[in-house]
Amino acid sequence: MDLSLVWKAALALGALSFLFGALLAIAYLFFKVETDPRLDELLEAVLGSNCGACGYPGCEPACEAVLKGEAGVDVCVAGGQKCADAVAKIMGVEATVSERGVALVHCKGGLSESTPKAIYRGIDSCAAADKIAGGFKACDYGCLGLGTCKDACPVNAIFLDENRCRQVDRERCTGCGLCVEVCPRGLIELVPRDQEALVMCNSADKGAKARKTCSVSCYACKKCEKVCEFDAIEVVNNCARIDYEKCTQCGKCIEACPNDVIVRVKPAKEHGKAPSAVA
Amino acid sequence: MGLTDNIKRALFTRGGVHPPANKLAASVKISDGPNPERVLIPLTQHVGSPCEPLVEKGEKVLVGQKIGDSEAYISAPVHASVSGEVASIAKFTHPSGRDALAVEIISDLEDTPAEGIAPAPDPLGMEPGDIRARVREGGIVGMGGAAFPTHVKLNPPSDKRIELLIVNGAECEPYLSADYRLMVERAQDVLHGARIISRAVGAERIVVAIEQTSPAAISAMRDAAGSGGEEVFTLPAVFPQGAEKTLIKTITGRDVPSGKLPMDVGALVDNVGTCAAVSELFLTGMPLVKRIVTVAGDGVTGRGNLRVKVGTLVRDVIDHCGGLEGGLGQVILGGPMTGLSQYTLDVPVTKATGGIVVLSKESIISEEPGHFTCIRCGRCVRHCPMNLMPYLLGSYSDAGMWEELESVYINDCVECGCCAYICPTKNPLVQLIKVGKEGYSRRKRKMETLKKDKEEKSLEESNA
Repeated sequence: MDLSLVWKAALALGALSFLFGALLAIAYLFFKVETDPRLDELLEAVLGSNCGACGYPGCEPACEAVLKGEAGVDVCVAGGQKCADAVAKIMGVEATVSERGVALVHCKGGLSESTPKAIYRGIDSCAAADKIAGGFKACDYGCLGLGTCKDACPVNAIFLDENRCRQVDRERCTGCGLCVEVCPRGLIELVPRDQEALVMCNSADKGAKARKTCSVSCYACKKCEKVCEFDAIEVVNNCARIDYEKCTQCGKCIEACPNDVIVRVKPAKEHGKAPSAVA
Repeated sequence: MGLTDNIKRALFTRGGVHPPANKLAASVKISDGPNPERVLIPLTQHVGSPCEPLVEKGEKVLVGQKIGDSEAYISAPVHASVSGEVASIAKFTHPSGRDALAVEIISDLEDTPAEGIAPAPDPLGMEPGDIRARVREGGIVGMGGAAFPTHVKLNPPSDKRIELLIVNGAECEPYLSADYRLMVERAQDVLHGARIISRAVGAERIVVAIEQTSPAAISAMRDAAGSGGEEVFTLPAVFPQGAEKTLIKTITGRDVPSGKLPMDVGALVDNVGTCAAVSELFLTGMPLVKRIVTVAGDGVTGRGNLRVKVGTLVRDVIDHCGGLEGGLGQVILGGPMTGLSQYTLDVPVTKATGGIVVLSKESIISEEPGHFTCIRCGRCVRHCPMNLMPYLLGSYSDAGMWEELESVYINDCVECGCCAYICPTKNPLVQLIKVGKEGYSRRKRKMETLKKDKEEKSLEESNA
């Protein structure tokens, strides 16, 4: 074998690679894309789950919007206050303290409490079940328990227990509101984080029907309304509603409620334990 | 060349399925239904705004008396189907499965007609506007199942010219035979109604479309038409031949464009039941208070085509037919392909109920539907009568990709169910598409508000 072939090839390829390398170097000089070094830092600071709760297609466009000044430092809705602080630090501004609530599902009727009206065979999603004859539960207002909100939650703060009744991890919830949007029955509300007394029913059915459809329903007896000294609870459309501004968490309505519809929960003081957020 | 020139006996162009016809009640003559002691007349029996009740609890009503009406344009009034006393106006189970406002009437079993019910002297000489007004007051809606108010269809915008009236006798749903019996027994009434409708819209030609599996109806309609100028078309029997857009395509060769209506291609489609109801309204003056309902299926002892008073409970109709037989599996209002499955028998028959199909436990599929495991076999694409790609509609909907649904024309889906029927992996495609339609429109609304907000914001900035 002619050894000259080897060095000729090495030389030719070497020359070519130098040429292309030089071309790339020149191209880099002329066509360089200027990126803000803060973009990478911002991407680290936000939650990074591309959940879309902020309204941007993903985390990167959201961060770019922050750099352009189109979005505020609290752009990462799902990340909560910690992300807002981190973004503010990078951008060199003072973080605004946002008052985002915590998700509350106004229903505690799982499979064992709520009366079924039909056997449902179909897609495992609340939106789909609600389309078929208005859901399979006798209550037209309660949770269907198929977990559409659970699937939408970017921080896994909602889960279903064995009773197919969803629970919200109030410490973990960042108040982004994605679940509020997807619930086909409009059952989820963002309530203030320090609110302890909560009404766990949404039924607009009249007393007799509400009793029949669910064992933990509000049947509008108005006892809570009578015991409240601060005028903070009112029965609207056959269901108790708390005015969170007036409520002092005294707990009298909780004691008065004959059907345990009003419950006391621990206040979710800490704002959003977002898993990957940088403090 | 106008639309009416190129009519030919076309073949079903594409798609569709062939479910077993099971026309069990086709040979049974139309007979009177039960005379119920109590009726529930829903105030929503049509597409559009619900009616407001016009009567009060305790009030005496007579047959044909208007008991609900709405100011909205797309709506149709409802009338009492029995004479008696209003027991309550409350929420009752509606065939849609949800609770809806209905008027409960306890009948005095005398069927006294209301005052002022009189035939129109010369229906075929009436002005189009008068015909429309009478049709509206008569509460007539599309009887093929969709229940779209007929007076709205009879009032096309002035720039749309309707050349062709298609009388839809293609009853492609399995089990149902109400339209077939109507054509066999009351062909003259159907044609009379069609002539009134064609006068209202100024259609030049009337075509009666019947599937080739109904020879008795074809000959009855041909005999009735005689030398009247109406033509009877024989169509291949395939589901969904009777769907409005499919029918227009088969008869005229024209596609109704996406997002458009039949009037955009110069056609109007009305069901034979609607035509007969219009004829009855003009001949007797009685509004739409009865309709023909097919009762069939292996879960019911008798079967038949009954003239049922609107508001009669399904339980009473089934009892009239001899009651349930064997283990009850499923009760469907409408046909098995597009009808609504019920969870109680205490639902009323509405103007849209063409059939009550009672299936026994043995004859229904009780297995769970498949989850979305599409194997890309393409059968749904081949069988879709609307030329859509159902597997894509289903997978986008399943993945929540609402924006992409526009690119696959989700709003053109007529929810006929061919895709779900033919799918080898038993995907609940129609349910997914229904979810997708809602998700898509919600997303669209959201994007529109966002866009509006942004525009307002930039306007403010430029002003500042």
